[in-house]
Amino acid sequence: MTSDIVIQYIISGLIYGSIYAVIALGFNIVYNATGIINFAQGEFVMLGGMITHSLSKSISLPLALLAAVLITAVIGGFIELVFIRNIGRLAKRKFKKTPEMQMTIMTIGISILLREIALTIWGEQVQTVPFFTGNETSSLTLAGASFSPQLLWIIGTAFLIFLFLSFFYKFTLKGQAMRACACSKTGALICGIPAPLMVTLSFILAAGIGALAGAVTAPLTQTHYAIGTALSIKGFTVAVFGGLGSSGAAAAAGFLLGIIESFSIIIFPEAFKDIVSIILLLLILFLRPSGLFAASVKKGKKESTR
Amino acid sequence: MKKYSSVLIFLCIAVLIPIFTSLAGKNFYLTQLTMAAYYALAALGLCLLLGYAGQISLGQAGFFAIGGYISAILSNAGLDPRLAFIVSIISAALIAFIIGIPVLKLKGHYLAMATLGFGVIIEKLVRGIPALGGADGISNVPDFPLIGSIHITGGRADRMPNYIIAFTLVALALFVLTNLLSSRSGRALRAIHESEDAASAAGVNTARTKLITFIIAAVSAAVAGSLLTHYNGSIGPGEAAPLKSIRYLSIVAVGGISNIAGTLAAGLILNFLSLRGVFGVYDDAVFGVILVAVMILAPEGFKLSIPSWITKKITGRKRST
Repeated sequence: MTSDIVIQYIISGLIYGSIYAVIALGFNIVYNATGIINFAQGEFVMLGGMITHSLSKSISLPLALLAAVLITAVIGGFIELVFIRNIGRLAKRKFKKTPEMQMTIMTIGISILLREIALTIWGEQVQTVPFFTGNETSSLTLAGASFSPQLLWIIGTAFLIFLFLSFFYKFTLKGQAMRACACSKTGALICGIPAPLMVTLSFILAAGIGALAGAVTAPLTQTHYAIGTALSIKGFTVAVFGGLGSSGAAAAAGFLLGIIESFSIIIFPEAFKDIVSIILLLLILFLRPSGLFAASVKKGKKESTR
Repeated sequence: MKKYSSVLIFLCIAVLIPIFTSLAGKNFYLTQLTMAAYYALAALGLCLLLGYAGQISLGQAGFFAIGGYISAILSNAGLDPRLAFIVSIISAALIAFIIGIPVLKLKGHYLAMATLGFGVIIEKLVRGIPALGGADGISNVPDFPLIGSIHITGGRADRMPNYIIAFTLVALALFVLTNLLSSRSGRALRAIHESEDAASAAGVNTARTKLITFIIAAVSAAVAGSLLTHYNGSIGPGEAAPLKSIRYLSIVAVGGISNIAGTLAAGLILNFLSLRGVFGVYDDAVFGVILVAVMILAPEGFKLSIPSWITKKITGRKRST
């Protein structure tokens, strides 16, 4: 294997790794605020790509991108307000405990709905988004391997999302309030933090960054109404890989999974790429459910998997 | 006898349906009803697992496909379909046993994601292995000789016997499940659903009980998969898709989650409507809507019983739930 092929694999791993990392960040945002796993997370990525695809035909690309992120964020907030919040309220009154199974089933139902809506609007064809700079053929070279300039956009965006979230959670009042809710909802309520609003905000945020990742990667990976499920599973793999709830580890794990997947093509046929990452997920769940980097994760409210 | 009222009602309805269809001259409905019965069988297994043991599974379609594909390959290779059936069921049970041990240690969304992962693996394998026919699946699966000249096959002449076979099988499953649930194991399952720790403290071997339930669910799906493959004469990768697993989940949800009879009714009706093409292009969306609606309106599933305010009036006290 020559070095430029290795670099080529790493580059393709970085593209997918960025998406996985961002989806994992989305999982973490919602998980920290609500303690539930949002199975519809992958669908936000799909929506981001699809909406940008449609809008970029009539308005300029940056505007289309911005609109796609805003629309998906609104959809995310809408889902929380209409569905998640109601089931929480209703079920809590009835059973006096968080109905985890019901919440999970609910988000699964929502993910199918989003996907079927996308099928109705955009059809079964693979859709694409124009390249941000240059076109399909323009390429940059690094150490003998060539890659599309879009790669820089993808990695840059993933990095910016990560920086933004770190900054948001650490230094802004809203971010700190969200972290307080993650620690203890009752405690946060007593301190005057509107906890339900923070939950809605977490869905808006998760949907927004998912859409952004979907729109930025769509020129290279293209988008299709059914990509959500696989993306959700892989994003979850990454989130668990890094220890659910921890952002830095999730980002690192995302790139790791992307690169592992991309190198798996050497051994297994391309069609089995997803199987490699899912087997990895199962192994992590069975062996180290608290995540591979668990030691470096601060000990907080950690829900046990067993 | 009260215990078996659901089985008796089901048998009565099963006898009435062909009378009505032949009176109405719509005997072709029996074909879709037969298929719906097999799908309902797979849903019954999931109902036991989700509604009684409280363990979610998004891998039911995976087991359905294991049953169907192994039967199809072996029968097409010349093996007696009856033998192929037994091999496919044993394989499904064995796979359920092997993955059940680690998977069932997980809870809630971890369990959901792990079983969903299993389902996706089966789907990708089925699509990716050329010997399994890729996107086309396997066709020309031979008939399944049951006894004498009675075959499980989709031919027009065999419509009525096949309807009887499928509905007898489902009635049998209903009977077995009813018995199981009122036995010691059934009470153990309910105890696990309420609280695993409490059940364990009371002497229930929770890991073993959950595993056995998981295997029963897998076997019910594999039986359905195998027989439906012989009935249709073919199987495609669509049967293994996670969307199908979610479909079984919505059937159990709308049937009342912890309600065997409700699941059976929902499975027969929804699958029949879906196979008749009533939902059109919104086929999958309908099941998504059902999931969301059930979770909002009745998170514990619809209870097909007399509302509590009526019983309160009659007995003067609140019905315990």
